[in-house]
Parts: sequence; C-alpha cells; structure tokens
Amino acid sequence: MKPILITGGRVIDPSQNFDETADLLIKDGIIEKVEKGIKPPSGAEVIDADGLVVTPGLIDIHVHLRDPGQEYKEDIKSGTRAAAAGGFTAVAAMANTSPVGDDPSMIRYVLDAAAGASARVYPIGALTKGLEGKEMAELGRMKKAGAVAFSDDGKPVSSGTMMRNALQYSSGISAPVIAHEEEPTLAAGGMMHEGSVSSLLGLKGMPAAAEEAMLARDLMIFKITGGRLHIAHVSTAGSVELLRRARAEGLPVTSEVTPHHLLITDRLVKNSGYSTSTKVNPPLRTEQDRQALWEGLLDGTIDAIASDHAPHHTDDKDMEYDFAPFGIAGLETTLPLMLDEVKSGRVKNFTLPMLIEKLSSAPARIFNLPGGTLQAGSPADLTIIDPERTFIINPDTWQSKSRNTPFGGRRLMGAPVYTILGGKITMEEGVPTE
Amino acid sequence: MQTLRRKDILGLEEMSAEEITLILETARSMREIMQRKIKKVPTLRGRSVLNLFYEPSTRTKASFELAQKYMSSDAVSVAGSSSSLVKGETLKDTVRNVEVMGVECVIMRHPVSGSSHYLARSVEASVINAGDGMHEHPTQGLLDMFTIWENKGRLEELKVVIVGDIRHSRVARSNLWGLQKMGAEVMVAGPPTLMPPDLNVFGVKHFTDIEEAVEDADVVMALRLQKERQEGGLFPSMREYAELYGLNAKRLAHAKEDMLIMHPGPINRGIELSSELADGPRSVVMDQVAAGVAVRMALLYLLLGGTKE
Repeated sequence: MKPILITGGRVIDPSQNFDETADLLIKDGIIEKVEKGIKPPSGAEVIDADGLVVTPGLIDIHVHLRDPGQEYKEDIKSGTRAAAAGGFTAVAAMANTSPVGDDPSMIRYVLDAAAGASARVYPIGALTKGLEGKEMAELGRMKKAGAVAFSDDGKPVSSGTMMRNALQYSSGISAPVIAHEEEPTLAAGGMMHEGSVSSLLGLKGMPAAAEEAMLARDLMIFKITGGRLHIAHVSTAGSVELLRRARAEGLPVTSEVTPHHLLITDRLVKNSGYSTSTKVNPPLRTEQDRQALWEGLLDGTIDAIASDHAPHHTDDKDMEYDFAPFGIAGLETTLPLMLDEVKSGRVKNFTLPMLIEKLSSAPARIFNLPGGTLQAGSPADLTIIDPERTFIINPDTWQSKSRNTPFGGRRLMGAPVYTILGGKITMEEGVPTE
Repeated sequence: MQTLRRKDILGLEEMSAEEITLILETARSMREIMQRKIKKVPTLRGRSVLNLFYEPSTRTKASFELAQKYMSSDAVSVAGSSSSLVKGETLKDTVRNVEVMGVECVIMRHPVSGSSHYLARSVEASVINAGDGMHEHPTQGLLDMFTIWENKGRLEELKVVIVGDIRHSRVARSNLWGLQKMGAEVMVAGPPTLMPPDLNVFGVKHFTDIEEAVEDADVVMALRLQKERQEGGLFPSMREYAELYGLNAKRLAHAKEDMLIMHPGPINRGIELSSELADGPRSVVMDQVAAGVAVRMALLYLLLGGTKE
C-alpha cells in the first residue's frame, strides 16, 4: 500500500479540537502524523488539498442497507458505494431486513458481506426477536458477533416493560439502545405530520404528540434503568425540549437529527402536489419544529446528524401517496446539503467544525466506534471536502440503487472530493474507485 | 365561448372565483338541454372519456355517465372491483393503457387523497377528480353551489352551515373552498372529534351547538355519518350523534323560513337528517342530484369542447 501525503489542507479534527492548515501522512493504512511541512516519503501519492478541508472519515449512524431481503432497493455493495460517494467511511446498518437482523448469524452475514466494501459497516442488532417487541433478542451474542447497538428502528417498542428490560439488560453488555419514538396508536394509519397541511390535503396525520409521548415514556424509564439510550431521528420541538430537560437533569441520553427534518417541512407535501418523495417517518414537521431542531443541534441537545438513508425502488414510490413506502435516501445528499447550510450562513453559528463533529466524533462517541478521529495511530479513514464546489443533486447519477429524494435538482455549495478508508482511496471526485 | 384554461379539475382550492362562475353559468345552459325532450347535443361527438371508479358510487357515476351521453361523447366505465387494480396493476399503467386506446379525459374516484394529482401528472389525458380520499370532491362542491345559486339567486353573503364529519369529508373541503371563494360565509358544526386538526386553516368558525350554528343560516348542509367513525372511537353511538347533532324539525324550529336543506347523499335517515326535513319543502336534495348532471356536462364541455377541431 502506497503512503499518501495530503498537503496544505485545512485539517479539522473535532476529537482533538484541532483546526489548522497542515499536512497529513498515511502509512500502512494508519495515520502517521499531522504536521506542517511533511516531506513526501519516496513513492508516496500526494494529494494537494490546498483550499480543501481534511476531516476524520464521516460516520452515518442511521442507514438502511436492505440487505438481506430487499436487494432490489439496495444492497451492502451499492449502499457502501453510496456512502463513499457521499463522503462517509462508515455506516451503522439497521436490522429491519428480511430476515430480521436479530441473531448472531445475521450480524456475521452483514460483516462478511461488507468485507472489502467501500465503507465500514457496523451492524445494529434487533432489540426484540423479529422486531415484534415481545421477546428480547440475543443482545449479548450479537454484541460478540460485532453488533454495535440495538434497535427495533422502523417500529417503536410498544411495551414499556420490554423497553425497561432491554435498557437494563443492555447496561450489562455496554451497548446502546436506539429508540424509534412513536406511540403506535396515536400515529396509526398516519401518512404525514398532523396539522394544518394534513387537514388541507385530507391525509391522515401523525401528531407530534405520538413522538413526544413515547420519548417522555422512555426518558422516565431510562431514569430507573441505567444503560445507554440513543434517540433516533428527533423531529419535533417538543422532543427537543424533553431531551434538553433530560440532559439538564444529567441523564446520559443522546440523539440524532436528519438533514430532511432540518431543512424541509410538511408544506412541501402540499407544494409538491403529494409527491411521495416527501413521505417519510417520522414525517416532515412544521417550520416551528424545524427551527427548534436547529436550536437543539446548535446548543448540543442533539448530538449527531444521521441520514436515516431509507432507499426504495422507483416503482415502489411511483404510487398513490397512501400506498408508497416511507423513506428518503440520504447517503449521497447529507454532506452536500449540510455543507451548503454552513456556506450559506442561513443558520447563525453553524460552523464547519461543528458540522464535522456531528458527523464524525459525535457518532463515534455515541456508539463507541473506533473512528471519528485523526489521531496518529488511528486507522486512516478520512474525508476531503471542497467547500467551494458547486454540487447539484441528481439522483440519476447516484451509486445507491434508489432515487427517492425530495431534494432532486437542488443546487448546493460544498461536496466531498475524496473518501479514504484504511489508507485506500474509495472515492475520488464523487466517483467510487471500485 | 370561453373554455377553462387548465388540463385537470383536481379541486376547488386551486380554482378561481372566475372559473367557478364560468362553470356555473355554463351549467345553466346545460340544464336547458336536460329539460328538452331529446336530451342530446353533438358537442362532444367523437371524444372519448373513461370513468374509473375505485370506490362504489351510484349518484356520481350515473351522473357522469348521463352527462357524457347527453354530450354525445364515447365513454367507458371501469369499476374498482373488476379493474386491473385487483390484479396488481398500478394506477399509472391502467390509465396509460386506456390512454393509447384514445381516451382524452379520465374521471376518477379513488380512496387515497391526492391520487388525482398523482394521475394528472402521470398521464396526458385530462383528469376530473370525482372524489379522492378525504381531500376533495370538486364536482359535488360545484353542484352544491349551483343548487344554492339557482334557489337563492346568489352565493355572496349567504350564511352556509355544514354539519357533521368535516374531518373525513371531501365534500366538505370542496364546499369550504368553493363557497368562500364565491363570497359566502361558511361555518361548520359537529363534535370536535369530527373536525380536522387546525381547522382555522380553512378560515371557518366551528360550533358544537347546532341550534346556535343554524341561527340566521341561509343554507344548512348535513353530511353523511359513517358507521366506521364510531368504530374508530370518534363518537359513542349513532343514537347519541342523532340526539346531539342530527338535523330535525325541532332543532330547526327557530331557523329561517326559507333556509335550504341540503345533503350530498346517500342519507342515513333519522341520523344526520330526519325524513321530515329531507322530504320537506325546504329540502333541495333532489335539485342537487339534477344539478350534478348539468355541472358535469359543463365541465366536460369546458375541458374538452374548445380544444380540438
């Protein structure tokens, strides 16, 4: 493996509070050093990063790779290529596959299939067998097989006792539980956020209270269980407030938010004429919720940004609104969308180091993952960003098998130009290298 | 004569007062044709129309079919139960297949809100929404306005009360938009569980006391109450609904003498509307049905009439 020297870039490493122009040398797949004026070793490949930003490899802690079972929507190969194209070196893959990832053999399948792929895949095991919310899955054996966290994501855990037991039990094996907060009877049959827009459109709504009631329940339970609780895709102002209060009380709860909840609202369901690209769970909320999510992200209540990459085949989305599945594909849009927010200055105090933190060191910390840092001796997982690059979202050029996005055609400023995984370039100029 | 400068009729929310006026005026000429002994004009000879009904319908379907026959168009009707939907064919494929057979206009009823929007952008044919889920039923709204207009001579500054399940009603939504655009004052009445969330987005006032709501009203419109809403836990029983919110002579004792009583049908007699009122002198329920044919003839004419040849 050739050494790689990245010269003259703005190196941002939130894990070390580092933000300076420096060179970075990679040898044998490991970060050798970050310094000014490193001489290129013989035979080294030199990447001129003048004007570019060098960051720890980005980690997306919430993706659906659909493998096994729905490979026509996505598979581990296409999903990790999409990750590399989008600037990610690692993804955490949810367990709602077919069969469900609720068994050590399934965890091993994902890890085997991901060997040599374009990004690291960290499997998330199901919390309950078959995602049915009834019997606890073999969390300990799955952890040994390589699962990094546990979740029934896509579905809430209806039973309070089940959630209590899962949190308490998982504290014994030091693995976080990820909660998809949705009170199922309040959200039943809902197609979008419940409010004035759902009323206008005649679509059945999912009230914000469905998310908030379940989150409140889980926070109360978390107080008596210990363990680690991470809240997936926070989407309402009320949820942000609940989390802020819980953190103020000292509860070690963590959370994530998606770019679509930060950037678009339920108005788009109407303005797009019921486009199914806007159908997602949790649903696109109101402008007030959107603002509150930004506040939560900026004040640290919300720890991370995650795509909730939910790929679907075009045929599945080309349907009447009620019949189309929920989900937005986000691996190839998350970073450019968020870079554009930094560049545009639309959100006061949202800086590039903060964005990088939310996409690298924070996810690594939440799931206790090895990456998310440029510390010497770490695996050489890096992302190189051109913050001045014009980027137009065009799903037809995606590496993902899916095309489902409400952001198609958006013209943005800022894009990843290199993704490096273990010292090997996995993406150059937007295109995966293999 | 003028035509509508639009490909589709999807809802009254997006329609202007001028367009609505044009449709109502055209419907008046069409009603004259209906009153002739030989109810047929050659206006749409050689033009092909598809009626695609994914939900059962008697009134609306018969009304569209007669309108098509009176205008001399060629029409085929496909019902949901016999359609390819049950064979797993998508809506888009179904309509594209009929389109290449020469159909220029599709009239669709569908249980999913927004399905007519989806169809309209998927095919070249004109789409007339004959009811999409809980969203809109624009031809019903138009025929209701036509009925009021014919009986009262105007729409502006009339006070109209819609009573019942507003939340799940496409008829209510179309009427709320249409009537307000035409200058009427619209109110809704019924139990809070049957009101849409954030009702103020429609710009109407909500009453839970029916007697209070109908005071000074020029028109009261009862909506059909669906048994499944009770099963969904939105109200306790049909009996209680009738007692609290049903329209009957006693409840309307203090209402205006010349108040119009309307219902889009089919009526649950004795639940949302008593037979005494439904069949009484103030009822215009049958006028509504007749107006339906005239309004639909007008729409077909305005959408297809002036475009070719």
